[in-house]
Amino acid sequence: MNGMNPVMGAKSDTKQNLEVADNQVTVGSCFTEAPKMTMRNVNVYYDDKQAIHNVSVDIAKNEVIAMIGPSGCGKSTFLRSLNRMNDTVESCRVEGEICMDGENLYAPKLDVVELRARVGMVFQKPNPFPKSIYDNVAYGPKIHGLADTRVDLDEIVENSLRKASLWEEVKERLHQSGTGLSGGQQQRLCIARAIAVSPEVILMDEPCSALDPIATAKIEELIEELSQNFTIAIVTHSMQQAARVSHRTAYFHLGRLIEVNPTEQVFTMPEHELTEAYITGRFG
Amino acid sequence: MDKMTFENHYMKQFDEELEEIRTRLMEMGGKVEQQLQNAIRAIGEADSQLAEEVIKEEQLVDNMEVDIDEACILIIARRQPAASDLRLVMMVTKAVNDLERIGDEAKKIANHALILADEGGSSKGYTEVRHLGQSVMSMLSNALDAFARFDVDAAMRTIEEDKQIDQEYKTALRELATYMMEDPRSISRVINILWVVRSLERIGDHAKNLCEQIVFVVKGKDIRHQK
Repeated sequence: MNGMNPVMGAKSDTKQNLEVADNQVTVGSCFTEAPKMTMRNVNVYYDDKQAIHNVSVDIAKNEVIAMIGPSGCGKSTFLRSLNRMNDTVESCRVEGEICMDGENLYAPKLDVVELRARVGMVFQKPNPFPKSIYDNVAYGPKIHGLADTRVDLDEIVENSLRKASLWEEVKERLHQSGTGLSGGQQQRLCIARAIAVSPEVILMDEPCSALDPIATAKIEELIEELSQNFTIAIVTHSMQQAARVSHRTAYFHLGRLIEVNPTEQVFTMPEHELTEAYITGRFG
Repeated sequence: MDKMTFENHYMKQFDEELEEIRTRLMEMGGKVEQQLQNAIRAIGEADSQLAEEVIKEEQLVDNMEVDIDEACILIIARRQPAASDLRLVMMVTKAVNDLERIGDEAKKIANHALILADEGGSSKGYTEVRHLGQSVMSMLSNALDAFARFDVDAAMRTIEEDKQIDQEYKTALRELATYMMEDPRSISRVINILWVVRSLERIGDHAKNLCEQIVFVVKGKDIRHQK
């Protein structure tokens, strides 16, 4: 998958120090042949504090990439830098290159509102607007001018809700409030809202951590279906979830990207000791 | 990831559970080793009592297999092991199966020991059994040692020993065939020896499987069925 990985370190047989060295290199297959997004030498700072150190990785088209790691490892910060959500944090500064289809997302003239339609986001806590189910989904297409007529809009709403596996449950009550749904349904409503504007990439920041196992299973099945049409990057604290839904898994540790490898490899034979320690639940 | 440790989990209990299946697998290995040794001795010394004992104790080995398997299933259900932990648990479930089969073969050898002791008479073929038996005993013991230390090099060397055993097995077959041709009256007796030799050769194969699984645990590489 990669033969030209400049940051990929040859795995040494010597005992790796479990502290992260400054010259820590990412092991595994960071780069893909047909990337949707390319990140190169990304550094993220909050004021003087560096949260992300020199991360380079690709996200392939229609892949599901899971980002795992202990709390504070920078995985959410990194995810948020992919659609410039960090712009809203005043102290935050992003260096390096983040591109989608070769286009630099941090170019000064880039329209951030349009970017967030192309790179949608689903958050940990379901956050539907205090509006009807219909309006929650219709809001994005309306402001982005994606529907000319009411019929078009109806169609987008129905399709989005169907793709989010929510249509059958809500079709009779589209005009009731979105906040009246169960947690799992609210989260699927948020996913419907995200896909209503036809994004290319969907970022998910612990989308199931507030949900029960059944609602979680529904979202996970949905992620699998969505990956047919969308590219998905998901941050999760549940390693089993990463193992279940993702194609590749990226392990972050203290702001460094330690390892990126096919998920089946990461969970059976990780390349780096730190990854091994984390996924087996050991102190590293 | 060559350094194997099954400790340092945030959940201490998990350390203990992994250690437990490891220890119990070693115990089972020790028991099977003893069964094999006794079965071979029972032939050489025409000791029916010892053979009876081997046959009776086979049940213990079977019970160990079931118990260890159950412990592995519990670990999978409760801990969802990953990476080296997962490989260890998978290895143990396969290894207990091989050990149980070795126990079966030891029992078969003991059964033949009973028949041979009942018949009495010539000790033709015993040299072959003793010779092959020693090689197989040594291979099994090396395999269990390699497992105890997660020693890939030792496992690889032990795998090589199986070739030697196959060779000795073929030689033994030829010699047994010669005995039968020389003295047709010995045919039924030599056939019993032949089954014993066959069981020993199978035990070599199971010991080889154990070693392949050690490589899998430590290196994450599946080396089965490689020429």
